[in-house]
Amino acid sequence: MGFQETKDPSGVAVVRVDGQLIVGNRQELKDLAQQMVDRGERKILIDFARTGYIDSSGLGALVSISKKIREVGGELRLSGLNEDLRSLFELTKLDTLFEIAETPAQALASF
Amino acid sequence: MLPLRLCLRREPAVDGSGALVTLRIPSDVECIEGAVDLVTRHCFAGHSTSPHTRFRLQVVLSEALANAIVRGNREDDAKWVHLRAELQDDVIRVYVTDEGPGFDPHAVPEPIRPERVDGPGGRGLFLIHQLVDAVHFNDQGNCICMTLRRP
Repeated sequence: MGFQETKDPSGVAVVRVDGQLIVGNRQELKDLAQQMVDRGERKILIDFARTGYIDSSGLGALVSISKKIREVGGELRLSGLNEDLRSLFELTKLDTLFEIAETPAQALASF
Repeated sequence: MLPLRLCLRREPAVDGSGALVTLRIPSDVECIEGAVDLVTRHCFAGHSTSPHTRFRLQVVLSEALANAIVRGNREDDAKWVHLRAELQDDVIRVYVTDEGPGFDPHAVPEPIRPERVDGPGGRGLFLIHQLVDAVHFNDQGNCICMTLRRP
């Protein structure tokens, strides 16, 4: 379980969520996103291709991160959600709030 | 990650149908993932299942345990969360009980109202209702029963 941060050659900061995004680690992701914004990242992609499950705290953390990025004029994309993970966003109507791409490559191309 | 202090018991059901799993979980959010893994493995041991059903169980267990630990027990390390899973061939029934005062589940507003969609929280109970086949609370509101039919 953890968050792997990389920088794409296009300049987009990419965070990969390995394992779960739940109440026990959501603050870690929020802190990481805040650090990225503070150091000037304005294009951020969070990829869930290696994610097992997300709980409502994890969804709430993503909402908070999205707001923080928007406040500084940045952009957030999500990618790699399988059918089950995507259903969580659809059930909670969060699919209307986030820009969601199938793959990291598609997300990177959409910035 | 803290070492888990989970003690799980598995025994045949009293009426001979299926099994009963009980687990006592500390009021520590760091224990949730381990508890979810452990209970999920027991729920599907000896049964074929779909990845979708496994996913649904993992999410609702995580939600119910988080609610019990954070809202019910307020992360008080003197309190425990008690999980009981009745495992039958066609159904999984999980009870999660905290040692808090309880709450009124009917007083929780729906998080998908337009004015609430971008709120930071309030989705946990809603997700549980969406992902399982039946949800019940005891009168006190400190015990949730979630029923999931096996595919």
